[in-house]
Amino acid sequence: MSQIEEVSIEKFKHLVSERALTGETMLLNMGPQHPSTHGVLRLLLELDGEIIVNCIPDIGYLHTGIEKNMEAKTYQKAEVMTDRLDYMNTIGNNLAYVIAVEKLVDLDVPARAQGLRVILTELQRIASHLVWLGTSGLDLAAMSMFLYCFREREQILDIFELVSGQRMMTTYFRPGGVWRDVPVEFEKAVRDFIRIFPKRIDEYESLLTKNPLFIDRMVAIGCLSKEVALQYGVTGPALRASGVDWDLRKVRPYSGYEQYDFNVPTRTEGDAYARYLVRIDELRESLKIVEQALNKLPLGPVRSENRKFVPPPRSEIGVSMESLIHHFKLWTEGFPAPKASIYSAVESPRGELGLMLEGDGGPKPLRVHLRTPSFDNLAVLPQIVKGHLVADLVAILSSIDIVLGDIDR
Amino acid sequence: MGVEQKLGNMGVVTTTLESVVNWSRTGAMWPMLFGLACCAIEMMSAQAANYDMSRFGMELMRASPRQSDLMIVAGRVSKKMGPVLRRLYDQMPEPKWVIAMGDCASCGGVFNNYAIYQGVDEIVPVDVFVAGCPPRPEALIHGVLTLCEKVKGEKFKDLA
Repeated sequence: MSQIEEVSIEKFKHLVSERALTGETMLLNMGPQHPSTHGVLRLLLELDGEIIVNCIPDIGYLHTGIEKNMEAKTYQKAEVMTDRLDYMNTIGNNLAYVIAVEKLVDLDVPARAQGLRVILTELQRIASHLVWLGTSGLDLAAMSMFLYCFREREQILDIFELVSGQRMMTTYFRPGGVWRDVPVEFEKAVRDFIRIFPKRIDEYESLLTKNPLFIDRMVAIGCLSKEVALQYGVTGPALRASGVDWDLRKVRPYSGYEQYDFNVPTRTEGDAYARYLVRIDELRESLKIVEQALNKLPLGPVRSENRKFVPPPRSEIGVSMESLIHHFKLWTEGFPAPKASIYSAVESPRGELGLMLEGDGGPKPLRVHLRTPSFDNLAVLPQIVKGHLVADLVAILSSIDIVLGDIDR
Repeated sequence: MGVEQKLGNMGVVTTTLESVVNWSRTGAMWPMLFGLACCAIEMMSAQAANYDMSRFGMELMRASPRQSDLMIVAGRVSKKMGPVLRRLYDQMPEPKWVIAMGDCASCGGVFNNYAIYQGVDEIVPVDVFVAGCPPRPEALIHGVLTLCEKVKGEKFKDLA
């Protein structure tokens, strides 16, 4: 096992100010094991008293080699890797992957599967925002937020378990549709959630939005201007809180998002409080989409009929020789994809989640590259924490909502 | 119904020091607030209201290794994180226990590659392995109770 090496200040003097070299300012290590870094992020802080002069993020403590592992697997099997990428948004990652594969091999998706995808992705967005709300409450010492938010999150996870058998790593979406149709209890479970959740959002807001302590910690903290946000490629709620109306669900609709009526909440302040308000509004908008998608959900098949890419149902295998061959070929070899390179992106709860997929004519991708939103959103952190107190760093870090699995992958 | 009824009027109970100490250790075991990846989210679920680990005296997650008895390795351990994890383990005061939560911490899980330790037992001694990707909160609680059973059977001479 490799050791933690002792590093002299000479090695990173280009990163800190000259005052650190004389010992006038203090260098402080925050993380990788720290309750407020939301995972294993290490921040090297240069402090003048309690004021942050410089902040240097050190990432890679959760580097998993997901991209490389995906290249060693067939297109069907590589999907399980995407679940473990951004573990707050597992279903959204599946969606990004299956859309990319469908684009690469030109595969159709039935309308019912598209509707189910939208419902589950939006539920996942709500669940992700709930984890964010609970943990950022926890960072600001509002313990009850955590308990409230996880109560509703459990209800969403119960729906996931109902449809797929797993609470988090569902791998429910497959290229060409979804794994199988939802059980009959699904509609009631989602309707129950739609019924109770608006009141619960009001409850969270009554705890936080006008709470003077919360406002003191959040307003005018970590201001991110529109220009800096665009320079750094910040996406998602952090960008929308800085006044840019950019949501891939609106500007480049996928999975039939163009059929649904929803707003893209934006703010202009760009501070931590604005990011909070944007996410709270997104909870309501997502719920609107879930309700519309459930009302419009058509009946019909949930997987494509294209047998070159989608295995036949069990019932066909016993009676049709061709189906048996298709099934055998798909599960032993996988399906080949053309020699082409594509990029497709979806709007994850954190921003633009893009996937570059390059096929080489065989059943395995030649290259997979992920453009993950947290990576770019973290890059802007050193710019927005300068001049703030250490205690504010915690609020800023939770307000940009990073997931280390998403950054390091 | 408490210990009073069992004692009657005697006011005396005989036991061994070993069993009293072990019993008290299982009653308030403080885990370290240390999440690595996906499993940490399920660990948080286990702490939250629906599963409520405080029923087992574990509601107090300590952010400092020096105040904790139990390390729950919740998630995959990368090559860069391994030395840090070992240092955290070394900083914990004796007696200390480790639960490897999830497939990645137990055996590498789905990540059989250059970046991930194939099981955290390559770095620190593990007492209980919890299977699942990620394990349900019930599975983690079962792991914790299994650890409690193990602790109850510990002998002083083995620790010394």
